[in-house]
Amino acid sequence: MAEQQNKNRYSIIVPTYNERLNIALLVFLVFKHIPDVDFEIIIVDDGSPDGTQDIVKQLQQVYGDDRILLRARPKKLGLGTAYSHGLKHASGNFVVIMDADLSHHPKYLPHFIKKQVETGADIVTGTRYVKGGGVHGWTLMRKLTSRGANVLAHTLLWPGVSDLTGSFRLYKKSVLEDIISSCVSKGYVFQMEMIVRASRKGYHIEEVPITFVDRVYGSSKLGGSEIVEYLKGLVYLLFTT
Amino acid sequence: MKHIAKIMAFFMAVTAVWISLLQTAMISQSHTWLLPLYFIVSLGCYGLLMVGVGLMQFPTCPQEAVLLQQDVIEAKQFLKHNGVDVGTD
Repeated sequence: MAEQQNKNRYSIIVPTYNERLNIALLVFLVFKHIPDVDFEIIIVDDGSPDGTQDIVKQLQQVYGDDRILLRARPKKLGLGTAYSHGLKHASGNFVVIMDADLSHHPKYLPHFIKKQVETGADIVTGTRYVKGGGVHGWTLMRKLTSRGANVLAHTLLWPGVSDLTGSFRLYKKSVLEDIISSCVSKGYVFQMEMIVRASRKGYHIEEVPITFVDRVYGSSKLGGSEIVEYLKGLVYLLFTT
Repeated sequence: MKHIAKIMAFFMAVTAVWISLLQTAMISQSHTWLLPLYFIVSLGCYGLLMVGVGLMQFPTCPQEAVLLQQDVIEAKQFLKHNGVDVGTD
Protein backbone atom coordinates (compact mmCIF):
# COMPACT_ATOMS: atom_id res chain seq x y z
CA MET A 1 0.00 0.00 0.00
CA ALA A 2 1.58 3.27 -1.05
CA GLU A 3 2.05 5.80 1.76
CA GLN A 4 0.13 9.00 1.40
CA GLN A 5 2.47 11.91 0.86
CA ASN A 6 2.74 13.62 4.23
CA LYS A 7 2.60 17.32 3.49
CA ASN A 8 3.11 18.36 7.09
CA ARG A 9 6.19 20.10 8.41
CA TYR A 10 7.41 19.17 11.87
CA SER A 11 9.38 21.51 14.12
CA ILE A 12 11.27 19.54 16.75
CA ILE A 13 12.10 21.70 19.76
CA VAL A 14 14.94 20.45 21.95
CA PRO A 15 15.92 22.51 25.00
CA THR A 16 19.54 21.89 25.95
CA TYR A 17 21.88 22.61 28.81
CA ASN A 18 25.30 21.00 28.76
CA GLU A 19 24.39 18.36 26.20
CA ARG A 20 27.42 18.65 23.95
CA LEU A 21 27.63 14.96 23.14
CA ASN A 22 23.98 14.01 23.43
CA ILE A 23 22.76 16.69 21.05
CA ALA A 24 25.00 15.41 18.27
CA LEU A 25 23.84 11.84 18.85
CA LEU A 26 20.24 12.98 18.96
CA VAL A 27 20.46 14.88 15.68
CA PHE A 28 22.05 11.88 13.96
CA LEU A 29 19.28 9.59 15.20
CA VAL A 30 16.52 11.99 14.14
CA PHE A 31 17.88 12.13 10.60
CA LYS A 32 18.28 8.37 10.64
CA HIS A 33 14.68 7.63 11.63
CA ILE A 34 12.64 10.21 9.71
CA PRO A 35 14.66 10.81 6.56
CA ASP A 36 11.64 11.38 4.33
CA VAL A 37 9.78 13.73 6.62
CA ASP A 38 9.86 17.51 6.26
CA PHE A 39 11.26 18.69 9.60
CA GLU A 40 13.53 21.14 11.35
CA ILE A 41 15.27 20.80 14.70
CA ILE A 42 15.19 23.91 16.89
CA ILE A 43 17.80 23.77 19.61
CA VAL A 44 17.14 26.13 22.48
CA ASP A 45 20.38 26.24 24.40
CA ASP A 46 20.56 28.15 27.67
CA GLY A 47 24.14 29.32 27.44
CA SER A 48 25.78 25.96 28.07
CA PRO A 49 29.32 26.34 29.34
CA ASP A 50 30.41 23.01 27.86
CA GLY A 51 30.37 24.20 24.25
CA THR A 52 27.04 22.70 23.19
CA GLN A 53 26.49 25.60 20.80
CA ASP A 54 29.81 24.93 19.04
CA ILE A 55 28.72 21.36 18.43
CA VAL A 56 25.39 22.61 17.06
CA LYS A 57 27.27 24.79 14.60
CA GLN A 58 29.29 21.76 13.48
CA LEU A 59 26.05 19.85 13.02
CA GLN A 60 24.74 22.69 10.88
CA GLN A 61 27.74 22.19 8.60
CA VAL A 62 26.79 18.55 8.15
CA TYR A 63 23.02 18.77 7.94
CA GLY A 64 22.32 22.33 6.84
CA ASP A 65 21.35 25.38 8.82
CA ASP A 66 17.87 25.26 7.32
CA ARG A 67 17.30 21.91 9.07
CA ILE A 68 19.10 22.73 12.33
CA LEU A 69 18.24 26.01 13.98
CA LEU A 70 20.14 27.31 16.96
CA ARG A 71 18.01 29.68 18.98
CA ALA A 72 20.06 30.19 22.10
CA ARG A 73 19.40 32.13 25.28
CA PRO A 74 21.95 33.72 27.59
CA LYS A 75 21.34 31.54 30.64
CA LYS A 76 19.06 28.95 32.22
CA LEU A 77 15.61 30.43 31.96
CA GLY A 78 13.36 27.43 32.47
CA LEU A 79 11.69 24.78 30.39
CA GLY A 80 8.36 26.47 29.73
CA THR A 81 9.96 29.58 28.34
CA ALA A 82 12.35 27.41 26.30
CA TYR A 83 9.38 25.89 24.52
CA SER A 84 7.78 29.30 23.99
CA HIS A 85 11.05 30.60 22.63
CA GLY A 86 11.42 27.67 20.24
CA LEU A 87 7.79 27.98 19.22
CA LYS A 88 8.34 31.55 18.04
CA HIS A 89 10.88 30.27 15.52
CA ALA A 90 8.96 27.19 14.44
CA SER A 91 7.93 27.17 10.80
CA GLY A 92 6.16 23.83 10.89
CA ASN A 93 2.46 23.18 11.41
CA PHE A 94 3.35 20.52 13.95
CA VAL A 95 5.69 20.74 16.92
CA VAL A 96 7.51 17.90 18.67
CA ILE A 97 9.02 18.44 22.07
CA MET A 98 11.63 16.04 23.36
CA ASP A 99 14.58 15.84 25.73
CA ALA A 100 18.15 16.07 24.56
CA ASP A 101 19.60 13.34 26.75
CA LEU A 102 18.48 10.36 24.63
CA SER A 103 15.91 9.21 27.18
CA HIS A 104 13.50 10.06 24.34
CA HIS A 105 14.58 7.99 21.39
CA PRO A 106 13.97 9.44 17.91
CA LYS A 107 12.97 6.01 16.65
CA TYR A 108 9.50 6.75 18.06
CA LEU A 109 9.05 9.84 15.89
CA PRO A 110 7.51 7.83 13.02
CA HIS A 111 5.08 6.30 15.53
CA PHE A 112 3.98 9.71 16.74
CA ILE A 113 3.53 10.99 13.21
CA LYS A 114 1.64 7.91 12.06
CA LYS A 115 -0.70 8.03 15.06
CA GLN A 116 -1.51 11.66 14.42
CA VAL A 117 -2.13 11.15 10.72
CA GLU A 118 -4.35 8.12 11.40
CA THR A 119 -6.45 9.71 14.11
CA GLY A 120 -6.27 13.41 13.35
CA ALA A 121 -5.32 13.99 16.97
CA ASP A 122 -4.41 17.42 18.30
CA ILE A 123 -1.80 15.97 20.60
CA VAL A 124 0.07 12.66 20.60
CA THR A 125 1.82 11.96 23.88
CA GLY A 126 4.37 9.29 24.61
CA THR A 127 3.59 7.03 27.55
CA ARG A 128 6.06 4.88 29.42
CA TYR A 129 3.47 3.11 31.50
CA VAL A 130 1.61 0.92 29.04
CA LYS A 131 2.40 -2.36 27.38
CA GLY A 132 4.90 -1.73 24.61
CA GLY A 133 6.42 1.07 26.60
CA GLY A 134 8.69 0.91 29.59
CA VAL A 135 11.57 2.33 31.52
CA HIS A 136 15.10 1.18 32.16
CA GLY A 137 17.46 2.28 34.87
CA TRP A 138 14.92 2.98 37.59
CA THR A 139 15.34 1.62 41.10
CA LEU A 140 12.41 0.00 42.87
CA MET A 141 12.00 3.14 44.97
CA ARG A 142 11.79 5.27 41.86
CA LYS A 143 9.17 2.99 40.35
CA LEU A 144 7.20 3.05 43.59
CA THR A 145 7.13 6.84 43.80
CA SER A 146 6.29 7.06 40.12
CA ARG A 147 3.41 4.62 40.44
CA GLY A 148 2.16 6.21 43.66
CA ALA A 149 2.30 9.65 42.09
CA ASN A 150 0.44 8.37 39.07
CA VAL A 151 -2.38 6.76 41.08
CA LEU A 152 -2.75 9.91 43.17
CA ALA A 153 -2.87 12.14 40.11
CA HIS A 154 -5.39 9.90 38.38
CA THR A 155 -7.64 9.75 41.45
CA LEU A 156 -7.60 13.52 41.87
CA LEU A 157 -7.47 14.84 38.35
CA TRP A 158 -8.94 12.22 35.96
CA PRO A 159 -6.49 13.44 33.33
CA GLY A 160 -7.34 11.14 30.45
CA VAL A 161 -3.73 10.12 29.80
CA SER A 162 -1.62 7.44 31.42
CA ASP A 163 1.69 9.34 31.62
CA LEU A 164 1.23 12.81 33.06
CA THR A 165 4.82 13.91 33.50
CA GLY A 166 6.13 12.65 30.18
CA SER A 167 7.64 15.27 27.92
CA PHE A 168 7.90 13.46 24.59
CA ARG A 169 4.95 14.87 22.70
CA LEU A 170 3.69 15.91 19.29
CA TYR A 171 1.37 18.91 19.14
CA LYS A 172 -0.45 20.71 16.41
CA LYS A 173 1.31 24.04 16.49
CA SER A 174 -1.88 26.04 17.06
CA VAL A 175 -2.82 23.77 19.95
CA LEU A 176 0.55 24.16 21.64
CA GLU A 177 0.36 27.91 21.28
CA ASP A 178 -3.06 27.90 22.86
CA ILE A 179 -2.12 25.75 25.86
CA ILE A 180 1.29 27.17 26.56
CA SER A 181 -0.15 30.63 27.01
CA SER A 182 -2.31 29.44 29.89
CA CYS A 183 0.34 27.40 31.76
CA VAL A 184 2.37 28.91 34.55
CA SER A 185 4.05 26.01 36.37
CA LYS A 186 7.72 25.09 36.29
CA GLY A 187 9.61 21.90 35.60
CA TYR A 188 7.72 18.65 35.27
CA VAL A 189 4.60 20.12 36.87
CA PHE A 190 4.57 22.26 33.74
CA GLN A 191 4.31 19.08 31.63
CA MET A 192 1.45 17.91 33.80
CA GLU A 193 -0.29 21.25 33.54
CA MET A 194 0.00 21.24 29.75
CA ILE A 195 -1.61 17.87 29.28
CA VAL A 196 -4.32 18.40 31.93
CA ARG A 197 -5.30 21.77 30.46
CA ALA A 198 -5.36 20.22 26.99
CA SER A 199 -7.63 17.49 28.30
CA ARG A 200 -9.95 20.01 29.97
CA LYS A 201 -10.15 22.08 26.80
CA GLY A 202 -11.39 19.02 24.96
CA TYR A 203 -8.44 18.52 22.65
CA HIS A 204 -8.16 15.11 21.02
CA ILE A 205 -5.23 13.38 22.71
CA GLU A 206 -3.76 10.05 21.63
CA GLU A 207 -1.00 8.01 23.25
CA VAL A 208 1.91 6.07 21.86
CA PRO A 209 4.00 3.64 23.96
CA ILE A 210 7.61 4.72 24.32
CA THR A 211 10.59 3.26 26.08
CA PHE A 212 12.58 5.50 28.34
CA VAL A 213 16.20 4.69 29.11
CA ASP A 214 17.22 6.90 31.97
CA ARG A 215 20.28 9.06 31.62
CA VAL A 216 23.31 6.80 31.62
CA TYR A 217 25.55 9.38 33.25
CA GLY A 218 24.52 10.86 36.57
CA SER A 219 21.45 9.79 38.48
CA SER A 220 17.94 11.13 38.37
CA LYS A 221 17.47 12.88 41.65
CA LEU A 222 14.11 12.40 43.26
CA GLY A 223 14.32 13.79 46.74
CA GLY A 224 11.89 15.16 49.27
CA SER A 225 11.69 18.55 47.63
CA GLU A 226 10.60 17.04 44.30
CA ILE A 227 7.82 15.17 46.05
CA VAL A 228 6.65 18.35 47.78
CA GLU A 229 6.73 20.22 44.47
CA TYR A 230 4.69 17.45 42.90
CA LEU A 231 2.03 17.52 45.61
CA LYS A 232 1.82 21.29 45.42
CA GLY A 233 1.47 20.97 41.66
CA LEU A 234 -1.37 18.46 42.02
CA VAL A 235 -3.29 20.71 44.41
CA TYR A 236 -2.74 23.69 42.12
CA LEU A 237 -4.05 21.72 39.14
CA LEU A 238 -6.96 20.44 41.17
CA PHE A 239 -8.14 23.96 41.87
CA THR A 240 -7.29 25.74 38.65
CA THR A 241 -8.15 23.30 35.85
CA MET B 1 -16.44 23.89 35.19
CA LYS B 2 -13.28 23.55 37.20
CA HIS B 3 -12.39 20.01 38.18
CA ILE B 4 -12.60 20.80 41.89
CA ALA B 5 -16.19 21.93 41.33
CA LYS B 6 -17.04 18.54 39.84
CA ILE B 7 -15.50 16.77 42.82
CA MET B 8 -17.34 19.04 45.26
CA ALA B 9 -20.60 18.39 43.46
CA PHE B 10 -19.98 14.66 43.69
CA PHE B 11 -19.31 14.88 47.43
CA MET B 12 -22.37 17.02 48.02
CA ALA B 13 -24.49 14.42 46.25
CA VAL B 14 -22.97 11.60 48.26
CA THR B 15 -23.38 13.57 51.50
CA ALA B 16 -27.01 14.25 50.66
CA VAL B 17 -27.62 10.54 50.14
CA TRP B 18 -25.85 9.80 53.43
CA ILE B 19 -27.94 12.32 55.36
CA SER B 20 -31.14 11.01 53.86
CA LEU B 21 -30.12 7.50 54.86
CA LEU B 22 -29.58 8.74 58.42
CA GLN B 23 -33.01 10.32 58.52
CA THR B 24 -35.08 7.60 56.90
CA ALA B 25 -33.19 4.88 58.76
CA MET B 26 -33.52 2.34 55.97
CA ILE B 27 -30.22 0.92 57.11
CA SER B 28 -29.55 0.76 60.85
CA GLN B 29 -28.22 4.01 62.31
CA SER B 30 -24.99 2.53 63.63
CA HIS B 31 -24.05 1.30 60.16
CA THR B 32 -24.94 4.56 58.49
CA TRP B 33 -22.69 6.58 60.79
CA LEU B 34 -19.79 4.40 59.83
CA LEU B 35 -20.34 4.64 56.08
CA PRO B 36 -17.95 7.57 55.56
CA LEU B 37 -15.27 5.62 57.35
CA TYR B 38 -15.88 2.57 55.20
CA PHE B 39 -15.68 4.77 52.13
CA ILE B 40 -12.35 6.32 53.12
CA VAL B 41 -10.85 2.96 54.05
CA SER B 42 -12.05 1.42 50.78
CA LEU B 43 -10.59 4.30 48.82
CA GLY B 44 -7.29 3.86 50.63
CA CYS B 45 -7.24 0.13 49.98
CA TYR B 46 -8.11 0.66 46.35
CA GLY B 47 -5.29 3.15 46.02
CA LEU B 48 -2.78 0.80 47.62
CA LEU B 49 -3.97 -2.02 45.42
CA MET B 50 -3.53 0.09 42.30
CA VAL B 51 -0.04 1.05 43.38
CA GLY B 52 0.89 -2.55 44.13
CA VAL B 53 -0.53 -3.94 40.91
CA GLY B 54 1.06 -1.16 38.89
CA LEU B 55 4.39 -1.78 40.54
CA MET B 56 4.27 -5.49 39.75
CA GLN B 57 3.29 -4.84 36.16
CA PHE B 58 5.67 -1.90 35.68
CA PRO B 59 6.93 -2.28 32.15
CA THR B 60 10.71 -2.39 31.85
CA CYS B 61 12.92 -2.54 28.81
CA PRO B 62 16.47 -3.62 29.58
CA GLN B 63 17.07 -4.50 25.95
CA GLU B 64 16.56 -0.86 25.05
CA ALA B 65 19.71 0.13 26.92
CA VAL B 66 21.69 -2.28 24.74
CA LEU B 67 20.10 -0.95 21.57
CA LEU B 68 20.83 2.57 22.67
CA GLN B 69 24.51 1.77 23.16
CA GLN B 70 24.61 0.39 19.62
CA ASP B 71 22.97 3.56 18.33
CA VAL B 72 25.53 5.64 20.17
CA ILE B 73 28.40 3.76 18.53
CA GLU B 74 26.87 4.10 15.08
CA ALA B 75 26.20 7.80 15.64
CA LYS B 76 29.71 8.52 16.88
CA GLN B 77 31.23 6.81 13.87
CA PHE B 78 29.19 8.82 11.40
CA LEU B 79 29.68 12.12 13.19
CA LYS B 80 33.43 11.71 13.61
CA HIS B 81 33.67 10.91 9.91
CA ASN B 82 31.83 14.14 9.13
CA GLY B 83 33.80 16.48 11.29
CA VAL B 84 31.65 16.73 14.37
CA ASP B 85 33.56 16.57 17.63
CA VAL B 86 32.29 13.61 19.63
CA GLY B 87 35.27 13.32 21.92
CA THR B 88 35.06 12.95 25.66
CA ASP B 89 32.55 15.40 27.16
